[in-house]
This record gives sequence, C-alpha cells and structure tokens, in this order.
Amino acid sequence: MKLSGIKREQRKFRWLLLTPGLLIIVIFTSVPALTTLSYAFFKWEGFVRGSWAGFENFERLFSFPFRDQFLMALRHNTLVFIAIMVIQTSLGLLIAYALFNLKRGQRFFRTVTFLPVIFSLVIVGYMWQIMLDPYYGPINMILGDLGQPVWAKAWLGDTATALPTLVFINLWRWVGFPAIIFLAGLNAISTDYIEAARIDGASEGKIFRKILFPLLAPSMTIITILTFIGAYEWFDLPYILGGSNGSPAGSTDTLALMFYRLSFGSIDSGANEVGVGSALGVIIFTIVGVGAAVGSKLLRRREVEM
Amino acid sequence: MKLMFSKTFFRAVLIFNAFAILIPVLFIFNSSLRETSDFALTPFKLATDPAWSNFASVWQDGDFAIYLKNSLIVTGGSLILIIICALGAGFVLGRYEFRGHSLIMAFVLSGMLIPAKLAILPLFIQLKWMNLLDSHLGLILVYAAGALPAAIFIMSGFFRTLPADLDNAARIDGASEFQLLRRVLMPLVRPGMAIVAIYSAIPIWNDFFLPLVFLQDPEKKTIMQGLTMFFGQYSSQWGVLFAGLTMAALPLIVLYLVLSEQFIKGLTAGAVKG
Repeated sequence: MKLSGIKREQRKFRWLLLTPGLLIIVIFTSVPALTTLSYAFFKWEGFVRGSWAGFENFERLFSFPFRDQFLMALRHNTLVFIAIMVIQTSLGLLIAYALFNLKRGQRFFRTVTFLPVIFSLVIVGYMWQIMLDPYYGPINMILGDLGQPVWAKAWLGDTATALPTLVFINLWRWVGFPAIIFLAGLNAISTDYIEAARIDGASEGKIFRKILFPLLAPSMTIITILTFIGAYEWFDLPYILGGSNGSPAGSTDTLALMFYRLSFGSIDSGANEVGVGSALGVIIFTIVGVGAAVGSKLLRRREVEM
Repeated sequence: MKLMFSKTFFRAVLIFNAFAILIPVLFIFNSSLRETSDFALTPFKLATDPAWSNFASVWQDGDFAIYLKNSLIVTGGSLILIIICALGAGFVLGRYEFRGHSLIMAFVLSGMLIPAKLAILPLFIQLKWMNLLDSHLGLILVYAAGALPAAIFIMSGFFRTLPADLDNAARIDGASEFQLLRRVLMPLVRPGMAIVAIYSAIPIWNDFFLPLVFLQDPEKKTIMQGLTMFFGQYSSQWGVLFAGLTMAALPLIVLYLVLSEQFIKGLTAGAVKG
C-alpha cells in the first residue's frame, strides 16, 4: 500500500519536473531545427514563405553568383580547420605536457593558460584589432622599430594576411582549451606505466611517444571533433573583424557568414535570400553532422588500436 | 633531445605562453588609464599617473550602464530557468527508473548536437510570431533551450552518483518526493549546480550573435552587442575604447581569478562528459 503510494506520487512528480525543461528544448530547439530543413524547399519573398520549390534553392546555390562564394568560403573553412588542428592542437599538447611536468607553479600557469577562453570573442576581436592597428598598434610599432619597416603592415586589411591573422587570434583565444583537455588526459594516465618505463631505462622522449601520446587518444578524439565543428561553423571572430562580407575582399568569408548574409541580407548584396540561405544551412549541417559522426567513428577505432 | 624534455625547457614554454597571454591584456588595462593624446605619442608607457576620465566617458556617454543591466537580466534570467529545469529533469532522469527513460535521455542528448546558429531563421520567424522578438524573455528562452540539454545531462550524472539509501531513508522518515529533492539531495548536488551555472552563464554573457539577430531596440541591447556599437561610435578615441574593453572584460576576469577551478571544470564540462 505504502509503496504504491510512493509510485503514484513519483509518476505525478516525474512529469511535473520533466515537462518544463523538455518543452523549452522542443519549442526553441527541435521545432526550429526541423523547420529549417523544410525552408530550403520553398520559394521565399523576404521572410514570407511562397510555393514549393523542390531543389531549386540548392540549384541556385550551386550556380552563379553563389557557387563561387560557396566554394571560396568552403575552402577558407577547410584551411582554418587544418591550420587549427596542426598549430593549435600541437601547441595545446606542448603546454599540457609542460604543465604536467612542472608541479611547482602549475596552478598559476594553468590559470593563465585558460584565461583567454573566458573572454568574449567581441573583446578578443577588438583587443587584437587595436594591437594590430597599422599606425598606432603596438605590434607594428615593435616590428617597425626592429629596423624592418616592411614587416609592419595592415595585417587584417591585406587579403594575403587577413585569414592567417584570424587563425592566430583564434589560437590566442582557444589554445588553453586543448591544453586543459590534454592535461586532464595526462593526469588520468596511471603513473605506474611511466615509472616502469623509466626503470627499464626508456628516455623521456620515448615515454612520451610510446606511452603518453597513444594513451591520449581519447582526448585527441574530443579535440578533433570539437575543432571540426567549430571550424565549419566559424562565425563570431570573422564577423567581428571582417563584417558579414568577410572583408577585405571576401578573404575571410566563411560558410556561416555566407549563411548569415543570405538569411538576413547585407549592405553589399542587399535583400535576403531565405531559400538559398536555408539550403546552405542544410549543407553546413550535413558537413558538420556527417564529418563529426564519421570522424568520431574513425578516431574511436584508432583509440582501440593504439 | 635531452633539452627538449628538461624542466628548464618546460618552464620556458610556460613563461613564454604566460607572456603572450598577459601582455595584450595588461597593455589594454594600462592604456585605459591614459589620455588618448598621451597614448598616441608614447604607446608603451606605464600609467603612473592614472587618468580615470576614460572610464567616466564610458559610463556617461556609452549607454554602458543600460547594456550592463540588460546583460545581467538576460544572463541571470536564463541561469535561473536553466538551473530550475535542469535540477528537476536531472533528478528524475538520475534517480527514477521508468518506461521511456532511455528515450527521453536520447532526446536530451540529441539536443546537444543541434547548432542553434543554423536554426536561426525559423527561430527568428517563430519568435516574431510568438511576439517574443526584441524582448529579453525571448532571448532567455532561446538561451535556456541551447544550454538545457548539456545541463540536464550533467545534473542527471550528479544525481545518479548519490547512494540510493538516501532516498529510502528519507521516504521511511515520511519525506515527500519534493522534500527528498529539496532537503536531502539538492544540498549534495551543489558542485553540479556550480558547473552547470558556469557552463551556461559564460557563453550567454559573452554572446553577441543572438542579440544581434533578435534585438533591435537600443534600450534592450546587451553588453557585448553594445560594445560593437560603441566601437563604431568612438573609433578615434582610443582611451575610451580601452576603457570600454576593460569594463566589459573585468567582471568575468575577477570572477575567474576567484573561482578558476570551477570555471575550468565548468567550461570543459561539455568536452569530458562522455
């Protein structure tokens, strides 16, 4: 009797507690996410939905003038992914390994390393805009003072250097994140392995390559997947520093910026193209979803092998 | 090769890294305390005679106080909603066994995979239709929807680790399910609540994308969105820009220095929950 009373109370209580959270997720995440798929298959006049369009929006995305924009943006996203994976991840690993080996002062250095991660990208973007200002920016002043005036340049205003500069700023903001994940991974490795290898006379370099690095595979999986998703949805930093058109001259354009321009219009291209924008949204979602799923499958298999 | 793995090398890496991170930040702080004309002549000079006029200009002209208040409302409102919903749902999913449990869990997990940015168009139209565009409530609901899946997941994990005897003991003592949650379990999942709070609050406080799309009324704009307007307005008054950046960054920096452990745990919680 008593037990069934509790069961009944639990059933009532269960839905009372579950409903608010689930309802918010359904209304403000699931429903819009599912509708976004349908938007790509309709004609649009501003924000007003027209007739069924089939694959017309996709065809328009893959023909002039959107095709060239799309391919260039995709190329930028891919370059950014590769650059971040190579530079940011190796630096993060180096910092994590240094933190792992230095017990004294670890707390201070760890706090400093992670500090930029708490900054808003708006603050990070503007801070570096000032640091890199062609005339008054401290970086160019230092470079000019080193006796090489040619080194001083408008880093963010030059089509050749704008994207690499954004990658650098991204590195400054994010490198603490992989560092902390790798550090957690290193701390989770049993010291017995390391001690045993040392007793067998293995060098520190060998211990790192043969024991620590393979055992960091799960951390590597997480970082690779998160980097992939972040790189193909890259929006905030390029928007803050290059505007919605990816200035200068589209050299910092990304898929997400193009999606934003198509969805809400821009100063240059004028009216919005909700249909084509939604088609692009579906494609970005597919790239990210398929990439992350396939990537994590492959990387998990690698974890087991290593 | 020997050098590569020496303590000296590791220390050098960390010191270099600390300089690379701290110098730009300290440069901005220092410059915010100098007059623009003085800065233009000698950018690298310690503000030995601090000029607070830049901060005064920010506070008076920049609508900063309004932006700050709006950000506090939006972040605080979202946080309260997220914590209450995540506590309830996390408790049920972490402590109750019932049919449909794994289905709901799978639904919550799938919510973590949906990038809110790509659903921005339907969300915009939906909010317009619901009369929630250009309102703080609309923004709060969208932020809550974005953060809740991970928040529920984290909370349910914390509830699950508590011993089952607690529930039975409380029930035998005649506690209702609500009293069990409120008086017995809630105090024990405080660390989880802290992680959820930081995990949710920092990205909301820092966000400028959703306000950019959803808010038009200057009276409703948030701090990071306000900062972008501010930079257009004061583009030649560097001292004011430095002070604006400092004021926008300082609250989080201070909190971070006090609670760095919780911040690091909170912000990496999404990555290591698996």
